[in-house]
Amino acid sequence: MTVTAPRPATPPEIGGLGHSVRRKEDDRFIQGAGRYLDDIVLPGMLHMAIVRSPVAHARIRSIDTSAAEAIDGVVAVITGDALAAHGLAWMPTLSGDTQAVLATDKVRYQGQEVAAVIATDPYVARDAATLVFVDYEELPAITNPQQSLAEGAVLIRDEKEGQTDNVAYEWETGDREGTDRAFASADLVVSLETHYPRSHPAPLETCGALADIDPATGQATIYLTSQAPHAHRTLFALVAGLPEEKIRIIAPDIGGGFGNKVPIYPGYVVATAASLLLGKPVKWVESRSENLISTGFARDYHMRGELALSSDGKILAMRASILSDQGAFYADAQPSKFRAGLFHICTGSYDIPYAHVTAKGAYTNKAPGGVAYRCSFRVTEASYLIERLVDNAAWKLGMDPAEFRRQNFIRKDQFPYRSATGFVYDSGDYHAAMDEALRLSDYYGWRSRQAEGPTEDGKLIGIGLASFTEVVGAGHSKEYDIAGLKMFDSAELRIHPTGKAILKLGVKSQGQGHETTFAQIVAEELGIPFDQIKVVEGDTDNTPYGLGTYASRSTPVGGAATAMASRKIRDKARKIAAHLLEAAEEDLEWEPGRFTVRGTDQSVTIQDIAFAAYTNPPDGEEAGLEAVHYYDPPNMTYPFGTYVVVVEVDPADGTWKVLNMTAVDDCGVRINPMIVAGQITGGLTEGFAKANMQWITFDEQGNCIGSNFLDYLVPTAYETPKFTLGATVTPSPHHPLGAKGVGESATVGSPAAYVNAVLDALRRRGHEVDNIDMPVLPHRVWGAVNGVEAKP
Amino acid sequence: MKISLTINGREVSADVEPRTLLVHFLREDQGLTGTHIGCETSYCGACTVLVDGKTVKSCTMFAVQADGASITTVEGLADNGQLHPVQEGFWERHGLQCGYCTPGMIMSAVGLLQEKQSPSEDEIRHAIEGNLCRCTGYHNIVRAIEYAAAKMRGEEPPPPDWEEEEVSV
Amino acid sequence: MYPAPFEYSAPTTLEEATALLAELGDEGRVLAGGQSLLPMMKLRLATPGHLVDINRIPGLDRIEHVDGHLQIGALVRHADVVDSQEIADASPLMASTAPWVADPLVRNRGTVCGSVAHCDPEGDWNSVMLALGAEVVAASRHGERVIPIEDFVVDYFTNSLQAGEMVTAVRIPRGDAGTAGKYLKLERKVGDYATVGVATHLRIDGGTIVEAGIGLTSVGPRNIKAREAEAMLVGEAPSSELFAEAARAAALASDPASDVRGPADYKRAVVEAYVRRGLEACVRQISEEG
Repeated sequence: MTVTAPRPATPPEIGGLGHSVRRKEDDRFIQGAGRYLDDIVLPGMLHMAIVRSPVAHARIRSIDTSAAEAIDGVVAVITGDALAAHGLAWMPTLSGDTQAVLATDKVRYQGQEVAAVIATDPYVARDAATLVFVDYEELPAITNPQQSLAEGAVLIRDEKEGQTDNVAYEWETGDREGTDRAFASADLVVSLETHYPRSHPAPLETCGALADIDPATGQATIYLTSQAPHAHRTLFALVAGLPEEKIRIIAPDIGGGFGNKVPIYPGYVVATAASLLLGKPVKWVESRSENLISTGFARDYHMRGELALSSDGKILAMRASILSDQGAFYADAQPSKFRAGLFHICTGSYDIPYAHVTAKGAYTNKAPGGVAYRCSFRVTEASYLIERLVDNAAWKLGMDPAEFRRQNFIRKDQFPYRSATGFVYDSGDYHAAMDEALRLSDYYGWRSRQAEGPTEDGKLIGIGLASFTEVVGAGHSKEYDIAGLKMFDSAELRIHPTGKAILKLGVKSQGQGHETTFAQIVAEELGIPFDQIKVVEGDTDNTPYGLGTYASRSTPVGGAATAMASRKIRDKARKIAAHLLEAAEEDLEWEPGRFTVRGTDQSVTIQDIAFAAYTNPPDGEEAGLEAVHYYDPPNMTYPFGTYVVVVEVDPADGTWKVLNMTAVDDCGVRINPMIVAGQITGGLTEGFAKANMQWITFDEQGNCIGSNFLDYLVPTAYETPKFTLGATVTPSPHHPLGAKGVGESATVGSPAAYVNAVLDALRRRGHEVDNIDMPVLPHRVWGAVNGVEAKP
Repeated sequence: MKISLTINGREVSADVEPRTLLVHFLREDQGLTGTHIGCETSYCGACTVLVDGKTVKSCTMFAVQADGASITTVEGLADNGQLHPVQEGFWERHGLQCGYCTPGMIMSAVGLLQEKQSPSEDEIRHAIEGNLCRCTGYHNIVRAIEYAAAKMRGEEPPPPDWEEEEVSV
Repeated sequence: MYPAPFEYSAPTTLEEATALLAELGDEGRVLAGGQSLLPMMKLRLATPGHLVDINRIPGLDRIEHVDGHLQIGALVRHADVVDSQEIADASPLMASTAPWVADPLVRNRGTVCGSVAHCDPEGDWNSVMLALGAEVVAASRHGERVIPIEDFVVDYFTNSLQAGEMVTAVRIPRGDAGTAGKYLKLERKVGDYATVGVATHLRIDGGTIVEAGIGLTSVGPRNIKAREAEAMLVGEAPSSELFAEAARAAALASDPASDVRGPADYKRAVVEAYVRRGLEACVRQISEEG
C-alpha cells in the first residue's frame, strides 16, 4: 500500500515519526515480566471477595454475616450499613448520578455488590462469601427501556428524591423545524429501527484494586486498573473524603481497557475502605463473571433513524431518536454537557443540511456502565446508524451503495466543515479513502462475481461498505469536561545531562504502546533516539495531571502535549546552543538532534546542549532542561475511512463467513505505522465480534446471559477474518503533528460494513430485508431467508 | 499434600492444599506471575503452560496433579538471556499489545512449533484458538508465529506487513 | 475462581480406585481430564467431597483392539484421538469429530470417556457413540460390565453407572471397508457447545447401505439416536431423495429447545440440512476410497 505521508525526517536509529520501530515495552511482556495489578504482593496483604445479588430487583430484608465471620482466616465482613456509617454507601457516577457501593435498601441488578469479605487468603474469602446470607424480597425486574417507561412500571430509583419515573435523562440537539421542513419536501424517506445490543469491553485482565493505607500516616497508595489515574485520584478524594495529597494512585501495567477501566467501581471503594478500617493492604481482583455482570457495559441503544431523500439520490435531512438502556444507575463515562455522548456526530461522512436528534435514557434492572467501548462516547452507535441507513437508502433508490456515498460525501473543499449538529470537522478526503478501498478490495470485481449468482455449494455472496467519520481527542475545555474536570492533557519532559530523557504523561497506556509512540514524538522533535527516552505513566505522584486514555485521546491530546513540551525544550536549547556556539539565536538552524550556525559547519548536538544545561548554562538562564505542557486542543480530530466486506452466507444454516475485509483508514499522520496497523486489526476484530457473536442479553427475570466466556462470545483466531489494510493520510490541520488518533476507528466503523454485507447477500437474492439486529446470529439470518422472525 | 516437581528446570517441593489450582501455585507460591488469569471457565488460555511438554490451561488442573511433572512457564523460555524464537517473533512482528494474553499465547505457539515445523496460517489459527486476545485481532500473532517457525527452521523470516508500506512524499 | 475444599486421592491401580469409590459413595467423584469438572468446581456449581484422580493408573491411556472392537481407555485425551492413525482407520466419524471438541489446550487434557460419562447433551462424543453403536466398559469393586451406549446415556447429565462404578473405556465396532463418517457441528465460535451437531456413519457394500448411524447433539435433553432415519437407509442404495427423506426423519426425531442459540424450528432445519450433508459427505468419502 502507498501512503502519501511525508518521508520520515529522522533516521531509523532516532526513530521519529513514520518509523515502525519495535515497541520498547515488549521486552518485559514477552518474558512474563509485565507487572499487572494481580502480580503485586504487599506484606500482610488481605484478600477481598464480594457477595453479589443473585436476583435483579429485590428489597433487602436482612443480611446475616455471622457464619462467614466464624470462618478461620476471615478478618471482616463489610456491609452497606457499615459503609453508610462513614457516608460511603453511595458514590457519584461519571454522569452526575449516584450509585450504590454496597446495597443497603434494594438490589437493582443481578450481580450488584451487597457485602464484602476480607480474609487472609483468597480461597478463604470466597468460602466465607458463600456463607453470607441475604434475605431478599423480590420485586418485578425491568429488563428493557420500553418496559421501564411503560405506565405503571415499578420505580427502580425509589431512593432518589424527586424521581417519579424511570427516566434517567432526556436530551436533544439539531434543528427540529428545519429538519421537519426537509422531510416534508422529500421524495423518499428511508427509515431504520435497530438495537445496538449491550456489549462489554471484556479486557483480558479484569478490574481490581490493591489499597494500602498506612494507619500511622494516613498515606493511601492505591494500585488500580485505571485508564485515568489522575481523575480517579480526584474522585477518590471527593468520594472518600481523603486529602488528595495523601492519595497516590498507581496504575501498573494494564491488561487491556477499552473503556472498561474508566469508571470507579464499588470494589475499588470497598477495598480502600477496608484497608482504612483494618490498617492493612487489601487486594480485590474481579473474576471474569464479576467483570461481565457488574462493570461498565457498552451500547444498548435502541435507535430509530430516518433519511429524507431526493429522487436523484441526495440526502436532504436526517432524524434520529434514541432510547438508551442505562441500567440501574446512569453512569456513562462521557463529557458532562452531552447526555448522549457525541452521538450527534450521526450525520457521519455526509453533507446533510438538516438534522435533529433526540435521546432518552431509561433505568432498568441491569448493570450500570455506558462506557465508551473502544469508542469515543457513543460515536460507534452513531456511525452504525448512519452507515446502515445509507445502505438502505441506496438499495431503495436502486443505486450502488458506493455511488450513493460518493454523491453525498462532504467534499474535500468543504473542510473545515460545520455539521448540522454543530461539529466542526477538521479535515478529510472521503472520496480518496473510498476509492482506495474500492481498488484494494476489488469491489467491482466482487460485484461482477456476485452478479453471476451463488457459489457452487449454494452460498450467497454479499458486499458491504461503511465510510465512517469518527470524532476523537476530547476535547477543548470550553465544551468538554468529565465531572467538572476539563479534558486537557499533559506532558512533562526532562532531558538528563547525558542527553537521555524522561517523559511523564497524564494519559495511561493499556496496550497502545505509549512507551514507544510518545518517545518517538520526542525523538522527532528533539532528535534524541527514541530508545533513550523513558516514558512514565500511571503514577499520580510522579506524572502531571491528565484526564487519561480513552476516546482515542492519547495521541490527539497527550501526544500534542508531548510535542509542545518538546518544542519548549527546543526553544530553550536554542538559547543554550547560541551560548555554546557564541552565535545569535536567529543564526541557528535546527535539524533533528542539532543546531548549526547557518552557513558554517559549527554545530552542537542536543546531547551537548543537555550537558551544558546542567554544567554551563548561559547567564540569566535557569539551569536544567525541562518543560511541562498542558495541552488544550483547539478542536477534536476527525479520523475517517472506508471499509469493504465481502461475505458468503449459507442460506441453509444462516452462517456467514468473511471472504474479504479491506480497511482503508485515514488517521492523519502516522507516528508508528506498525502500531497503527495493530490498532486497526484489533478494532476490526472487535467490530466483527459485535456484528457476529458478541452481546449480553437478559432473560425475563433479569438474569444476565453473558456472564462468562462460555456465553459472552469473543472471537478466537479461527473465526476472526483476515484483513487487508490500506491508508490515506490527511493531516489534522490543528494538531501539532497532524495526527488524529486511531485506537477506535475500526471498532466504530466496521460493524456496519459486516452487517451491510450480509444484508446485501440476502437482498440481491430476492429476500427483502431492511434490518437484522446485531449480532447477526445464524438463526436470525435463517429467519430472514425464510421470512420468519427468529428470536432472540 | 506434599508435591515435588520441576519448574523451568528447577526442582521444587511444596506443601499444597488439594484445591490449589496449578496457576495459583505458580503465581502465588512460586512467584511466577508471568502466567496470567483471564477467566474461570477455561476459555481464555492466559494461563497456558507446558506440562510434560503438552500445552495445558493451568487454571484447569490442580497443583497436586502436577506432582512429578516438568513444567515450563513463559519465564523459562529464554535461554541465558537469549530469547526463544517465539518470543522474538512476537516482538519483531508486533504480536502483542497489552501483553496480558501474551505469555499464554506464546506457550501455545511453542507447543505448536514442537509438533509442526511449517504450519500453515490456518493451522496456526487453529493452534491458538484456545487463547483469547482482545487487542491485536490475531493478525500479527499469526505473523509472529510464522516468523518464529521460519527462524526455528533456520530460514529467513517473511518480511513484516508494514514494510510494504512505501512512504513517499 | 476458587474451588471449595475437598479430599484428594490418586490411586495407582484400578482395584484401589474402585475400592475407594465404593467406600466413598456419593462423596466420591472420578477426576480424569477435569476439563468440565474443574470449571464447575471453580464456579462452585460442583462441590465434590472427594476426588479420585485416576491419572496415575497405568494402562488406561491406550487405544487398542479388543474382541473386534477398538477400545479407547479412560485416559485417552481428545488430542490423542486427533493424532491416532488407528482411530482414523477404524472410525472416520471419530476422526472427523475430535478436532471439533473444545480447543487444542482442552483437548490435551480432556478425555473421550470423561465426556461420554458426563452425558452433557451438548457434548459431541455421545452422538458419535450412538451413531456407531458403541459400548461403555465400567468397572467396580465387583468387576467389569459392558453397557451398550443407548443404555448408558440416560438423560440430561445422567448416565446409568451405579454407585461405586467408573468408566474404564469406551469401545466401538471396528470399521470395515466401505465405512465412512462425518461430524458436522454448528457452533457460534470455537470452543462453544454445538447449536446443532450431527454425527453420520455409513457403511456401503456393493452399492447398498449396510450400516447407518445418525447421532444428534444439542437438540434434546440427551444426545439422540435417529433410529427411524437410520432404518430408512439400511438396505437401500444411496440417493439424494433417500437422504432427504432420512434427513426429514432425523429432524423429526430431534427435540430442540428455543434458547439464545436459536428457536427450535431453526435447529430442526439445521439438523435436516446437516444430516443430508453428512450422508452425502460419507458417500463421497467411500467413492474417493474407491
